[in-house]
Amino acid sequence: MEFPKDLKYTKEHEWVKVEGNIATVGITDYAQDSLGDVVYVELPQEGGTVTKHEPFGVVESVKAVSDLYSPLSGSVTEVNDAIIDSPEAINEDPYGDAWMIKVEVGNDSELGDLLTAEEYQKFIEEEK
Amino acid sequence: METNGTKGLLLEEPLIFEKSSEGRVGVEPASFDVPAADAASLIPKGLLRDGLGGFPDLSEIDTVRHYTRLSQWNFGVDSGFYPLGSCTMKYNPKVNEDIAGMPGFTKLHPYQSTDLAQGALELMYELEGYLSEISGMDAVTLQPSAGAHGELCGLLMIAEYFKAKGKPRTRVIIPDTAHGTNPASSHLAGFKVIPVKSEGKGVLTVEAVKAALDRETAAIMLTNPNTLGLFERHIKEIADAVHAKGGFLYCDGANMNAIMGIMKLGDLGVDVVQFNLHKTFSTPHGGGGPGSGPVGVRKVLEPFLPVPRIKKAGRKFKLVYDRPRSIGRLKAFYGNFGIMVRAYSYIRRMGGEGLKRASETAILNANYLKERLKGTYQIAFDQPCMHECVFSDKIQQAHGVSTMDVAKRLIDYGYHPPTVYFPLVVPGAIMIEPTETETLETMDRFIEAMKAIAEEARTNPELLKNAPAKTKVQRVDETRAAREPVLRWKGVKK
Repeated sequence: MEFPKDLKYTKEHEWVKVEGNIATVGITDYAQDSLGDVVYVELPQEGGTVTKHEPFGVVESVKAVSDLYSPLSGSVTEVNDAIIDSPEAINEDPYGDAWMIKVEVGNDSELGDLLTAEEYQKFIEEEK
Repeated sequence: METNGTKGLLLEEPLIFEKSSEGRVGVEPASFDVPAADAASLIPKGLLRDGLGGFPDLSEIDTVRHYTRLSQWNFGVDSGFYPLGSCTMKYNPKVNEDIAGMPGFTKLHPYQSTDLAQGALELMYELEGYLSEISGMDAVTLQPSAGAHGELCGLLMIAEYFKAKGKPRTRVIIPDTAHGTNPASSHLAGFKVIPVKSEGKGVLTVEAVKAALDRETAAIMLTNPNTLGLFERHIKEIADAVHAKGGFLYCDGANMNAIMGIMKLGDLGVDVVQFNLHKTFSTPHGGGGPGSGPVGVRKVLEPFLPVPRIKKAGRKFKLVYDRPRSIGRLKAFYGNFGIMVRAYSYIRRMGGEGLKRASETAILNANYLKERLKGTYQIAFDQPCMHECVFSDKIQQAHGVSTMDVAKRLIDYGYHPPTVYFPLVVPGAIMIEPTETETLETMDRFIEAMKAIAEEARTNPELLKNAPAKTKVQRVDETRAAREPVLRWKGVKK
């Protein structure tokens, strides 16, 4: 299982890539593996807002339906509509093709709450 | 070991539309004894259809064989062990069907005047009373048509209560072990769901509930015993905490099969509860018939119950609609009446002592299964359980075998798989509820099958990966079915 070092993570199993004031968000390799085959994704509208710790979408696998929790607050600048038609991308390439939304970060201080790859790995070891 | 699974004479059967042969008929209606009129001369043009497409042309024998063959592919409690956790797939005694099939019940029309339906009203009135007695609630409505419908009914009454006080509340607290219907019903009733973790080894702690409680909390919704099959033993203190903030304690009655006749939810501080007649009170379940989800409430919520209410005046029963604070009607007519008759028959036949013994036996059976399978499969929370127990695939994971593989292999041994991947708090959950109606021999054979499968997982995991092998249809591609669902017949390709 991979946890790229240049990404930040949350305890709800999302990853965040920060570039300037834009954060790209998706779900982790561990999340896709636990979910199993993903069959459906629901994402917010472009231009909408997301709030830290609040659901911004839904992901459904053959096993379960789960909320997607936003790691940060801000406005949604871009949505990866391609994964709505091909949700299998989430299983195949969770850190690449299957990014979900891009958020213009409203509050920089929220970035400090995110976990590093090492911290996240340690967290999931404990959760197992 | 010997298995139940075998290859019987199961016949292939196409879709009924594919059996159609133009002009073939099953029934010849009698010829007209009045002159035929042209439909166009009687019905306005806009309302007249120009054909009746989409119906297959079939003979009677083709139709009968079609449905008989489909029924032979079926599996139900009447064909074998069906240990679905949290669903209470108990055997339903046939006497209940006999009673519900009495012409006095089946030939009643819902528009019949109440003077001519006194027996039905009396049965409903008495059933409300029995459910009140079993749960310790002050009043019961029989109207909701399923468990989740009952949840919605209870939550709408709670919402209305706060609205009537001029202080609407916005939140409902729900533990992470809840049935998915709990947050869904709360959302539908206009509440925001506040999740809370079961931090006390599978049960809720008072501290966690207190931390989530505030003056916006309309209710906390919990299931007791919860979906891990564990008794929420802090329920009384949780009730006190939510009452101190002016909120209600809603109990999802889905797991009432573990407690009926043993304790009353009212004594534990519960304010609202729904009964799943199709689980606990032995009525058809799982596609076998409509559900029924009566709701019991404490006196303070009684004015909000759906209309009509059944009242007894002297020796007569009547329907009362004039109840200004009621949330209104939730279902056409009076609920699923035929199901009420079955539940009534079951309760009368069992009696108070019988119901208590049913719960006790359900608990004993689940604990027997748990003790015998513990070690072969990882037990989620190793402590005495109530009517069901939860395992996981943690031990089998070492051989690359998942809960899904175990479940599919069980089919080859002749069993309906248990509930899998629920509750969500246990990864790879296998949730087994044997119910009180199974014999020791049936459970022993099931345990042997589960042990044999664990052994196969170790020595021949491929066997599990390719299961089921003995069924008419082998492992289906569930992922593709979900990603590219084909939901209706699209016609014969020509």
